[in-house]
Amino acid sequence: MKLIAIALFCGILFGLGLSLSQMTNPEKVLNFLDIAGNWDPSLIFVMLGALIVTFTGFKFVLKRPNPLFDHKFYLATKTEIDKPLIIGAAIFGIGWGIAGYCPGPVVAGLGSGNVEAIIMLVAIYLGFFTHRMISK
Amino acid sequence: MENFTPYSAFSGGLLIGVSSLLLLLFNGRIAGISGMMSGLIKAPRNEIYWRAAFLAGIVLGAFLFHQIKPDFYQSRINFPIPLLTLGGFLVGFGTRMGNGCTSGHAVCGIARLSLRSIVATAVFMTTGFMTVFVVRHLIG
Repeated sequence: MKLIAIALFCGILFGLGLSLSQMTNPEKVLNFLDIAGNWDPSLIFVMLGALIVTFTGFKFVLKRPNPLFDHKFYLATKTEIDKPLIIGAAIFGIGWGIAGYCPGPVVAGLGSGNVEAIIMLVAIYLGFFTHRMISK
Repeated sequence: MENFTPYSAFSGGLLIGVSSLLLLLFNGRIAGISGMMSGLIKAPRNEIYWRAAFLAGIVLGAFLFHQIKPDFYQSRINFPIPLLTLGGFLVGFGTRMGNGCTSGHAVCGIARLSLRSIVATAVFMTTGFMTVFVVRHLIG
């Protein structure tokens, strides 16, 4: 129950952050990715703001033997730079550049009544299922 | 650069960072949105609840923001649905194949100096830039 309450609270912060930073605005995302055009570098500051907190904070948190409400940290253990990582990231970037949405803003769009978000959500899950079928 | 909004972008980034930090501190979990979304269809039941709660929180946070500031920016209209569908499909497929998206790799992974996340971020930024170049300047 505690885990769920924390997750809900953190999700609310995340949704507010996505909205305030306009990661939820696909035009702004595409203008950020459009270096050759009328470039809008704002989104660099989103990453900067987020990374300042996580980069300094994670160090202290991960020195603890375990998180406050669970018995261990759940971190990715893989370290190898393999083909699926590169190809998958490349495909994600292409989709991001076409539509202007990464996954978080799609979820946020459901809360702000954005019709595009519903289409994106369905398409993203189609992508999930397709990947799952292929990798079996 | 008339739409340059460094302060709101930075403040929003701070909120995203604090959210990710608290989730790790309390729950020991990484705030990776694509992983949470796909986890809803395959994770064991007790691993689904916190994911669903976080995602519901995002919806709620965005809803609240939209209530307070309904005209914060103009929403996009008339974007072609086939492009949206194609983009969404590639985002879904690519984030599963590459084990993460902007949140898990670019915010949480880089903070841990994970080489995989640094490489993934460099790759999806690059193909994102390239795609917009092709769509807006070569085709459009």
